[in-house]
Formats: sequence, C-alpha cells, structure tokens
Amino acid sequence: MLTIDIRKRLRDYDLEVKMDVARGEILMLVGDNGCGKTTLLNLVAGLQNPDTGRIALDGRVLYDSALKTNIPPESRNIGYVFQSYALFPHMSVYDNVAFGLCTRGLSKSDIRPMVKDHLEAAGLWEIREAKAVDVSGGQKQRIALARALIISPVLLLLDEPLSALDVRRQANMRKELREMIHSCHVPCIIVTHDLRDVDCIGDRACLLEKGKIALTGGAQEVVRWEQCMHD
Amino acid sequence: MASNQADIGRFGERSLAEPVIKKHEAIGIPSRTREVALKTGLAILLTLTMAFIALPVVALFLKSPPETILRSLHDPVVMDALRLSLMTSTITTITIVIMGTPIAYVSARFNYFGKELADSLIDLPVIMPPAVAGIALLVAFGRMGIVGHYLNAFGISIAFTTLAVIIAQVFVSSPFYIRQARTSFEDVDLAFENAARTLGASRVYTFFHVILPIAMNGLISGAIMAFARSLGEFGATIMFAGNFQGRTQTMPLAIYTAMQGDLDVSLCLAIILVAISFVVIVLVKTLTRRVYKNVNN
Repeated sequence: MLTIDIRKRLRDYDLEVKMDVARGEILMLVGDNGCGKTTLLNLVAGLQNPDTGRIALDGRVLYDSALKTNIPPESRNIGYVFQSYALFPHMSVYDNVAFGLCTRGLSKSDIRPMVKDHLEAAGLWEIREAKAVDVSGGQKQRIALARALIISPVLLLLDEPLSALDVRRQANMRKELREMIHSCHVPCIIVTHDLRDVDCIGDRACLLEKGKIALTGGAQEVVRWEQCMHD
Repeated sequence: MASNQADIGRFGERSLAEPVIKKHEAIGIPSRTREVALKTGLAILLTLTMAFIALPVVALFLKSPPETILRSLHDPVVMDALRLSLMTSTITTITIVIMGTPIAYVSARFNYFGKELADSLIDLPVIMPPAVAGIALLVAFGRMGIVGHYLNAFGISIAFTTLAVIIAQVFVSSPFYIRQARTSFEDVDLAFENAARTLGASRVYTFFHVILPIAMNGLISGAIMAFARSLGEFGATIMFAGNFQGRTQTMPLAIYTAMQGDLDVSLCLAIILVAISFVVIVLVKTLTRRVYKNVNN
C-alpha cells in the first residue's frame, strides 16, 4: 500500500495531496496542464522534495518531514516511465533496458537472460542492437516500460505513457498496459490527459485541480466527471 | 441601352483588372529588382570578406616555398618551439578539462550563492586583453607578487618558467572549454538524469554513464577550442613567462622573435599554426554537427 500525505508550495498554488493506492491497484491521475500531476509523481519518486508530509510504501517510509527521512530516488526502487520516455540516446535498446541492473552491480551473465526475457516479451529482442533514438514511438514506449519493469519495482509511476503514440496504437496498448501492470502486483499511478485511458486502464481515478484532489472515485465514474467539467 | 451595359461591363472589367496590374508594377517588379540588388550586394560583401581572410593565409603559402619550409623545420628554434607548444598546450588542455568539467556541470545544473559572479569571473579572461592577463599573473604569482612572494620564501619560483607558460595558457584558455561544456551540460535533458536516478544510479554513476557520454561531443569540441587558444597564446605568456628558447618560447613567441632575423623560420612556424587551425576548425565543425543531431533526436 502506498500512502501519500504531502504539501509543497508551488509557484502558483499549494500542492496538497492525501491518498492511498493499494497493492495491485491502478490509480489514474487526471487534470489540466499544470495542476501538479507530474510534480506529484516526482515527489513520490524522490526527484523533488515535499515541504512537509509523509510518503510510505508497505510500511517503509520514503519521506517523512517530521522524522527527517528522505530516501534518495536511487534507493526507492520505483519504476518510472517518463512522458518523453527519457531513453538514453547514446545507448542501444539492450543497454537501456539493462541499465537498472548494471547500477545494481549484477554481472553481465546474470543481466543477459533477464534482459532477453523482457525484450522478448515486449517483442524488442530483434532490435536490441539499435540505438534507442532510432526506433519508432511505439517501440520507445515498450523499451521505457521494459526498463522500468526489469528492476522489479515496488511501485510504478507512468507519466502519460500513451501520449506519444498515434490513436490506433493507443487503443491497442491500453488493454496490454493494464494486463502488464496488473501482473506486477504493485501499486501504480498513471498520469493521463485522455479520459479514455482512465476507463480502459484504471481501477480508480483522481481529478487533480490546482494541487488538490477535487474528485475521486471508480474509473467508470470519470465519464460523469467529464460532463460535470463541461457544465 | 445595350451599348451602355457593354460600356459599363468594359468599365467594370477595366476598373477591376487595371489596379491589379498596376499593383504588380508598383510592388512586384521593383521588389524583384531590390531582391536582386540585395543578393548581389551580399555576394560582393561575402566575396570581399572571404578574400580579406583568405588572402593573408594564401600569401603565407605563396611566400614560403616547400623546400624552405622543410629546411626550416630542422632549425632548433622551430623544433624547440613546436615541442614546447605541443607539450604545454596538451598539459593545459588536460588541466582545463579536469578542472573545468565539474565547474561547468555545477554551473549548468545548480543555483548557488554568488553564481552570477562566479560565471562572470570564469568568462573574464575572454574579454581581458592578454597583456593585461600577463601582468595580472605577474603581480599575483611573480617573485614579488601577492602569492609568489610567499612561494618564493619556500624557494618556489613560477614566473619565467615552463610552468608559467602553462598557467598563462590555462588562465586565457579555460573559458573556451568551460563555456562550451556548460552549454553541452545544459543541453542534456534533465529527464535522462532523473530516469537514471530512479533506475538506481547514484549521482556520480549518472554523471559518468549518462550525462558525460551525452555531452561528450560538446566537451571534446570545447577542449579542442581551448587547445587551439593555448597554442596561439602570446601576450600573457611573454609578460609572465618571458621568451627563453626551449623553456618558455612557444610558437607564437618564436614567430615574433624570428621575424627580427630569419623570416623563413617565422613563415615555417606560421604555416604549422595555420595547418593546426584548419584541423581544429574541421574537428569542431564535425563534432558540433553531431551534437546538433543528438539534440534533434
């Protein structure tokens, strides 16, 4: 279970979020541009620090302002898929996926079968030698996901994972993504703009408005939010 | 009636069509002429500028027959200056890279108290006249200088030694590397760094395995620029290190000295420096083009 209760002063407003995400649950975070969605992911990942509050995962404190605890991002073991995918441009597809295992000091012989499994599962083994910048948008998304999953993360954070794909690929990827995430049995937060993602991928959804949770509920309820927002 | 209508029709046709033609005449043709005049003017300007830069270089080659160059190459003045210049410039470049890379990275990524001042200080030697740099180094590290005075008490003398040549070159050339390196680090998307951190990489691991390789082409081109600037350094060196053959007489100093006696030696050294400059330009252009390709990707 991921527990978040944090506050951070941003330029235009205060980000104040209190939420829980259960193990195996996919929480969809929706909201307008600049409402604090990506900042919230960065705070959970440890890339930015809250002003006050607490973030804990399965009882392990990741951040606690009262206890002055702040686990650095490299020790949090969180799988983060960035909006731009952030694939290392100087590395091959193989090296990108292997990166998280190399940082853990594993030997090449241990790394190879693990990378092979993940690349084969994602249909990327054939292009393992290609530079990460030279592959298609859909392949980049799969590489980014494989790179985040190979480290056996305890939490998954996905920032607009489908936004760089064309509409037809998005529709195919939604179901695939949901199955892939559910098979990991970890809490997952997905930031999205697209309300169709919420219904197809998510279990639960939160609407963030100027740093505060305005609405929360089941993923299917979002269609009604859309009507509320339009009204 | 019919004729009136025809007249009106013709009048209408004329009134609609004529202004259009006039408009073309008034704006179209003169604008084309203006464009041709502008292009011709620019072409003349470009040709004159190119001739202005190329003529002295061509003159250098025309005035130095190959056999004279080859003969001068064996002159001890040329050999000493060439050896000293290459050695000091190499040491200078290595020093600047080791010292300047962390400074450039910190400057690109972090805000700290006095950053503006630090950045301005780093850039200062670029606009400071080399002779001023030389005298400044002399009053700082010379025998009677504010630091040199104390060093002298321990029997350490910097001024007028090969070390002084290197210090003068580092002082003058370091901004060329640091500025380029800073820009290269700024161009590395923060998302790469963040991705590496979430994948378990420490700051140091991220720097050496992600940031440095992505910024590498820019860093190399900065180092080449610094090397070239060191090789051509004259003012600060002659003021702070003097002009002693084999010890502090680098190629530009040797050109200046030989000018008063043997012009062939001067020309030989000048041609070597021109050749190196060409290689530097080609290398920097190639690497910078690759950097842009990476950024676009």
